[in-house]
Amino acid sequence: EPDPLITEIQPWAQGLGDGVDAVPYGLPIEYEDDVIRRNVEWLTADTISSINFTPIHALDGTITPQGCAFERHHSGAIELRKQDYRLMINGLVDRPLIFTYEDLERFPRENRVYFCECAANSGMEWAGAQLNGAQFTHGMIHNMEYSGVPLRTLLEEAGVQTEGKWIYVEGADASSNGRSIPLEKAMDDVLVAFKANGEALRKEHGYPVRLVVPGWEGNLWVKWLRRIEVTPQAIQSREETSKYTDTLADGTSRKWTWEMDAKSVITSPSPQSPITHGPGPLVITGLAWSGRGAIERVDVTIDGGKTWQTARLAQPGQDKAISRFYLDIEWDGSEMFLQSRAVDSTGYVQPTKDQLREVRGLNSIYHNNGIQTWWVNGNGEAENVEIS
Amino acid sequence: EKFGLGRPALPEEIAAWNVDVAPDGTGLPEGSGSVEDGERLFSDNCAVCHGEFAEGVGNWPKLAGGEGTLDHEDPLKTVGSYWPYLSTAWDYVHRSMPFGGAQSLSVDEVYAITAYILYSNYLVEEDFVLSNENFLDVEMPNADGFIVDDREEAEAHFWNAEPCMEDCKDSVEITMRAAVLDVTPEEETDEVATEQEEITAAADTQEAAAPVAAPDPELVAAGEKVFRQCASCHQIGEDAKHRVGPVLNGVVGRKVAQAEGFRYSPALQEAGEEGMVWDHETLDAYLESPRDVIKRGRMSFQGLRKDEDREAVIAYLRSFN
Repeated sequence: EPDPLITEIQPWAQGLGDGVDAVPYGLPIEYEDDVIRRNVEWLTADTISSINFTPIHALDGTITPQGCAFERHHSGAIELRKQDYRLMINGLVDRPLIFTYEDLERFPRENRVYFCECAANSGMEWAGAQLNGAQFTHGMIHNMEYSGVPLRTLLEEAGVQTEGKWIYVEGADASSNGRSIPLEKAMDDVLVAFKANGEALRKEHGYPVRLVVPGWEGNLWVKWLRRIEVTPQAIQSREETSKYTDTLADGTSRKWTWEMDAKSVITSPSPQSPITHGPGPLVITGLAWSGRGAIERVDVTIDGGKTWQTARLAQPGQDKAISRFYLDIEWDGSEMFLQSRAVDSTGYVQPTKDQLREVRGLNSIYHNNGIQTWWVNGNGEAENVEIS
Repeated sequence: EKFGLGRPALPEEIAAWNVDVAPDGTGLPEGSGSVEDGERLFSDNCAVCHGEFAEGVGNWPKLAGGEGTLDHEDPLKTVGSYWPYLSTAWDYVHRSMPFGGAQSLSVDEVYAITAYILYSNYLVEEDFVLSNENFLDVEMPNADGFIVDDREEAEAHFWNAEPCMEDCKDSVEITMRAAVLDVTPEEETDEVATEQEEITAAADTQEAAAPVAAPDPELVAAGEKVFRQCASCHQIGEDAKHRVGPVLNGVVGRKVAQAEGFRYSPALQEAGEEGMVWDHETLDAYLESPRDVIKRGRMSFQGLRKDEDREAVIAYLRSFN
């Protein structure tokens, strides 16, 4: 049967489309309106102090568009104009300083791609498979190209005194979300960023200025950054004691668990991205990242871990940035148990969920980087499961 | 290399922002507050979310209880059972609470509220007064419950493991399925969307027929922005539900304390029974300073100082009548 989409003249081939400026700032075409952030309502008391999830099941490549990059607020996303923006550096410095937004733009700048992952990503899965979709199990992550000034440059401008061992960073919003960071990290690769993916930060990501703390948990990436205090000690704020500490089975808790361990997930096929084309060529794809270095290798299994194949990395792994992997197979139409396993440049091998639970128990909430399983049935539908 | 950018921070500026308090008491201002005062302040400012006894409301944080549960399934982590430093509680209340009214409490009020939180955790007696003088004497039960990140030692076996590639296991059995729990948010179906469109259309028709002049759309839009301050506690619109505060649909011009299914404070209920009405004047006064209108009400909101903000938000509320 000839295809009428080809043999008949279609309206779009005859009439005219939109002129330029129909949408001065473009949005995705309406056919993609399901590619959106989503919230899990029962998780939190209110959306103002809550989190939503990046639709990683529907994206490809490695750069997350800002418009669908997950949000996490503690007192809501505030509106702060560049003209009203002030950044203070105080504490154990020779010259306490105030910078305006314009001042920041006059320092030498860097461009770097980094992932930002919430420490609680996959946190609902500690006790077992719970949420059906890569967006919900692994979507508290985004990966963007940041433009900004190295924090080191600003600290040197103020002159850090020798008693200074930590910095305390806080935001301009009501939560302030203060966190302590060792001076060593602050002087290493931390950025004071004002652009992401080439354009101004979105309001929900801390416009006009946020902190970028490569490889470390997202809570440290303070949004609406307003103050950096050099201190002799950690301040032990709410966000580094009552939250973002990891309780072990014996009731003691780890604190200062800053690095995000190597992790990966297959984004398609997955529960929200089933196979619709039947047997034959199938692209299996996913994301891998490590807060300790670059992704060196990703292995994929389709039989629940009996045998593994090394997947193809779309690009060589980059330091503390997301890698995209592909495994191109001939699917025979039988059920699959899909898993991926990341290896990073420090030699760390992504553990199974059971291996993690053996060390940490079930109450950690944060830092769940265990291997994820999708059970794909003969119809191509996928479900979040755990297997022996 | 110095760039000579920025300007010196003035002492008053540093004092205004540098309010963090460290575990050793660095940064703690002089002052004091009693459990007794704290109980009243907590009831007025905190109880809407955290409960009268700090036991928590709904999904909002519980601040008391949970002693001895940290090694149990689903431990209850509260100020008493989990927080290692009292400075953290003082600092957070001082800087970020109450929710939607941060930094509206005085130093003495923060001491009093912190004292009450300690009392609600059975850590101090009812006649206790907390001050900068005795602050470091308070013992936090879980002070020794934390270790510095030891993953590189405790999880050393995750490094340089030889990942198995062939014949890694004999069989694979499913041990748990997410579909059984069924807690994944559901997609809105087309049917629901159509239904909602119909409802909206019907509402539009009604509005057109109403004799009262509709509020100025520009003012309504401005009010929608101002309403964000209210949205932490109140919902409005077709799918609105009671949260910390009641749904506000139809509130303008209605008798006080009428939203069905909402538990009002005795003070507000009484005002309603006495015939108080949310007319423009009353609402304006209430929004400017809630406790000047309802003395023992529960709405912990600092008020809208600007006339134009109140005007806008009333117009926004009216657009849901």
